Amino acid sequence: MASPAVPDLPPLGLTGAYKLRWKRRRLLWRSLRARRQLRKAANRTAQIPNDPILCFATVRNEMGRLPFYLEHYRRAGVSHFLFVDNASTDGTAAYLAAQPDVSLWHTGASYRGSRFGVDWLTWLQIRYGHGAWCLTADADEILTYPHADSRSLRDLTRWLDQQGAASFGAMMLDMYPKGALGTQASAPGADPFETLNWFDAGGYTWEYLDKFGQVSIRGGPRKRMFFRDSPDYAPHLHKVPLVRWNRRYAYVSSSHTVLPRHLNAVFDTRLNRPTGVLLHSKFLDEIVGKSAEEKQRRQHFTHTDRYDAYYDALIAGPDLWCENSVRYEGWRQLEQLGLMTRGSWQ
Amino acid sequence: MSTVGVVMLVHTALERAAQVVRHWTAAGCPVVLHVDRNVDHRVFTRFRETLADDPLVRFSARHRCEWGTWGIVAASQSASEMMLAEFPGVHHVYLASGSCLPLRPIEELTDYLAARPRTDFIESATTADVPWIVGGLSHERFTLRFPFSWKRHRYLFDRYVELQRKLRFKRRIPQGLVPHMGSQWWCLTRQTLSAILEDPERPAYDAYFRKVWIPDESYFQTLARQYSGNIESRSLTLSKFDFQGKPHIFYDDHLQLLRRSDCFVARKIWPHAERLYQAFLTDPAGAMKRTEPNPGKIDRIFAKAVERRTRGRPGLYMQSRFPGHGSENGITSSLYSVFQGFSELFEDFETWLARTTGARVHGHIFAPEGAEFSEGQSLVNGCLKGSAKMRDYNPESFLTSLIWNTRGERQCFQFGPRDNQAVNWLVARDSNAQISVISGAWAVPLFKSNRNFTELRQEAARLQQIEAEQLKVLRSQWTKARVRIWSMAEFAEAPMEPLQTIIDEIGPLAARHLSEAPKMTDLEGFGQFLQNLKNQGMHPYLMGDFPVEQGSVSKQTPPRKPYLVR
Repeated sequence: MASPAVPDLPPLGLTGAYKLRWKRRRLLWRSLRARRQLRKAANRTAQIPNDPILCFATVRNEMGRLPFYLEHYRRAGVSHFLFVDNASTDGTAAYLAAQPDVSLWHTGASYRGSRFGVDWLTWLQIRYGHGAWCLTADADEILTYPHADSRSLRDLTRWLDQQGAASFGAMMLDMYPKGALGTQASAPGADPFETLNWFDAGGYTWEYLDKFGQVSIRGGPRKRMFFRDSPDYAPHLHKVPLVRWNRRYAYVSSSHTVLPRHLNAVFDTRLNRPTGVLLHSKFLDEIVGKSAEEKQRRQHFTHTDRYDAYYDALIAGPDLWCENSVRYEGWRQLEQLGLMTRGSWQ
Repeated sequence: MSTVGVVMLVHTALERAAQVVRHWTAAGCPVVLHVDRNVDHRVFTRFRETLADDPLVRFSARHRCEWGTWGIVAASQSASEMMLAEFPGVHHVYLASGSCLPLRPIEELTDYLAARPRTDFIESATTADVPWIVGGLSHERFTLRFPFSWKRHRYLFDRYVELQRKLRFKRRIPQGLVPHMGSQWWCLTRQTLSAILEDPERPAYDAYFRKVWIPDESYFQTLARQYSGNIESRSLTLSKFDFQGKPHIFYDDHLQLLRRSDCFVARKIWPHAERLYQAFLTDPAGAMKRTEPNPGKIDRIFAKAVERRTRGRPGLYMQSRFPGHGSENGITSSLYSVFQGFSELFEDFETWLARTTGARVHGHIFAPEGAEFSEGQSLVNGCLKGSAKMRDYNPESFLTSLIWNTRGERQCFQFGPRDNQAVNWLVARDSNAQISVISGAWAVPLFKSNRNFTELRQEAARLQQIEAEQLKVLRSQWTKARVRIWSMAEFAEAPMEPLQTIIDEIGPLAARHLSEAPKMTDLEGFGQFLQNLKNQGMHPYLMGDFPVEQGSVSKQTPPRKPYLVR
């Protein structure tokens, strides 16, 4: 084992550090209470092997994406999936409960009230994730990483262990189709990136955020189309989806930020870690209908009223494609474009 | 039985080690295994049983091996002693680890060594000559004491080193020894190895090296210099280190790379690299290649990777190059030109420039209304959006993205005091920027506009102030850009020569003489306009001296016949 690679982050001061510590404790307390909202549907956690890679997600009506999701992550080396089903109505629950490597919990409680599902997942991570590599990826997030075609997620985590690294960062890449949204049907269960095979290769901006010691990335089609007049509200694209978990850890806002703070230093150039890309299949044809529903439910985003215009724009079925869009070809292309790096994992 | 014996140190991935052991013994090479004492006894017994049927395999006494400590040397010693005693036919002893993988048929190695019966292959250089010590101690590892583990008690280790330095403590190096260092993976002849192991001085040497730091990189390397008549200072084992000094691990995708290296043995191999083990251990012997090992090929590829990793690609900004203000490898990725005042002074400057140079010519990309990309596009390569809000959210990254995403095509853009000035320092510090400024030309649009004079006067004062600030930046001592500044009067007087210089600079496509000049705007009355500003109490000075009785410049339209600049 190598020595732990703890980066030197900008100092927070004692007060700052203490505040973050209490923030983390508060989040853990919330999750502890949120466990009561969960109802067990299928618990196969007894099957979890030694030194597993666990995958956590909160889902709602994701029948279109889940078959591919499960297939992709199984192939990558995930040992067990832990899902929270938030009142799906399209058979998602029954489908997941029938999978041999899935444990499932139900809840009808508010998604927003549980910090967009994070409280539920944090509880499951406290309970089952302690000491394991935990992947937190929504149903529309497909992780790719350097050498993804020849090395498994397990190879990656073992290498990270060897380097003393406890987290792995990725950038979310919004994938979109050529043509108006909602017009190109993708067969349920098929690879969503057969239709969503375009992305923005550039135009991203980065900011270093001292408080959490992280690099924030913004840009992509959502910023270009829907937030051109309010770039401050554009969604963040950095994530820390893969963490060697400890029951004292907590995600702050979805998997963008995690505490303790040193886990966020995944892009730090001095550490030379590889980074990945989360291919985001948000813009499947169902987005148009879902947006209408979400606009009513008001369960996404902290400041819901800021995003009404965003939903309206999506409901109108815009075309995100532009002539400078780039067609997706695989991880080497993403590395070539500078969207991810292999670091010292040659 | 082969004349090459293998001493193998293993501590994890025992099934893989067993697989490699079988490969060696199948070719007739005896193998003595040293299993780290930290390995669980039951695991060890099981491992021993799996190899029990092989007459060429022995297990040596076990030592506790921790990185950087004596245990590894002790392990090599015990195992080597056993090898020399039990297999008298062995001529060369090859030290390998459990994660070493033979890349070429064993017979080739045997033949190679048989052809060099007196040669010891051990990388061995004096501390002054080695560049590869990364962040460690060099000569001091031979003169200080290291009772604390670097891995487990880093703090004590560091403090104790500091203390010894402060007290000027020095250990005496045994008489006659010159410390040498090198890769811990060697291949020694029976003669040299037995001389080291049977030396009457050995207890003294051992006692000394026991407290040297990382003795496995120096014990045999130093002592071999005492006895060997013929040292080839290189390791037959290919091993790479990354720039932080951690051993590089080979995976399935390195198959072709390893094939091309022609090396006999490589490490470290990822235990789960199924394809590598498959390819190198089960391939039929194939045609004998008889080539010299050539790690150079791999070296070049790795040097490139390390360079890219530590320096980055010029002008590429990405999340994993943060933080690093000032440590960029080049601010932008390629040359570009900035023109200030040209499209004000000439009526068709942008189209003329595009026609003459073949470059991509944008308007004012930092204009307050939003970026004026070439041909009126609202997006350019990389889906860069020209909206003012998005651009001004991070103007510096807007510019570097533009240059990066259009790499391969020369970019030119207009700039001026009306525009967002946030990028001035970035452009000035950037050696890729070629900036040409006609100072004071911002007054021309004011002069042509139909606005109230008070308003004009205010605007002129504002623009002049902004441009003066900008020129200060461009003339500062930190400026690395290629900067040319003319006053408007100077430029209008003789425009062809500067234009020719600028065009030549843009590159080969334009390496010819100007056949047509851009059309200068009509400046009839401009001198009077400036005078009016002066009369109103404003002092326009950046444009130089324009005579009030204007005439000389405006009469030049249609443009003068271009003259040749030789």
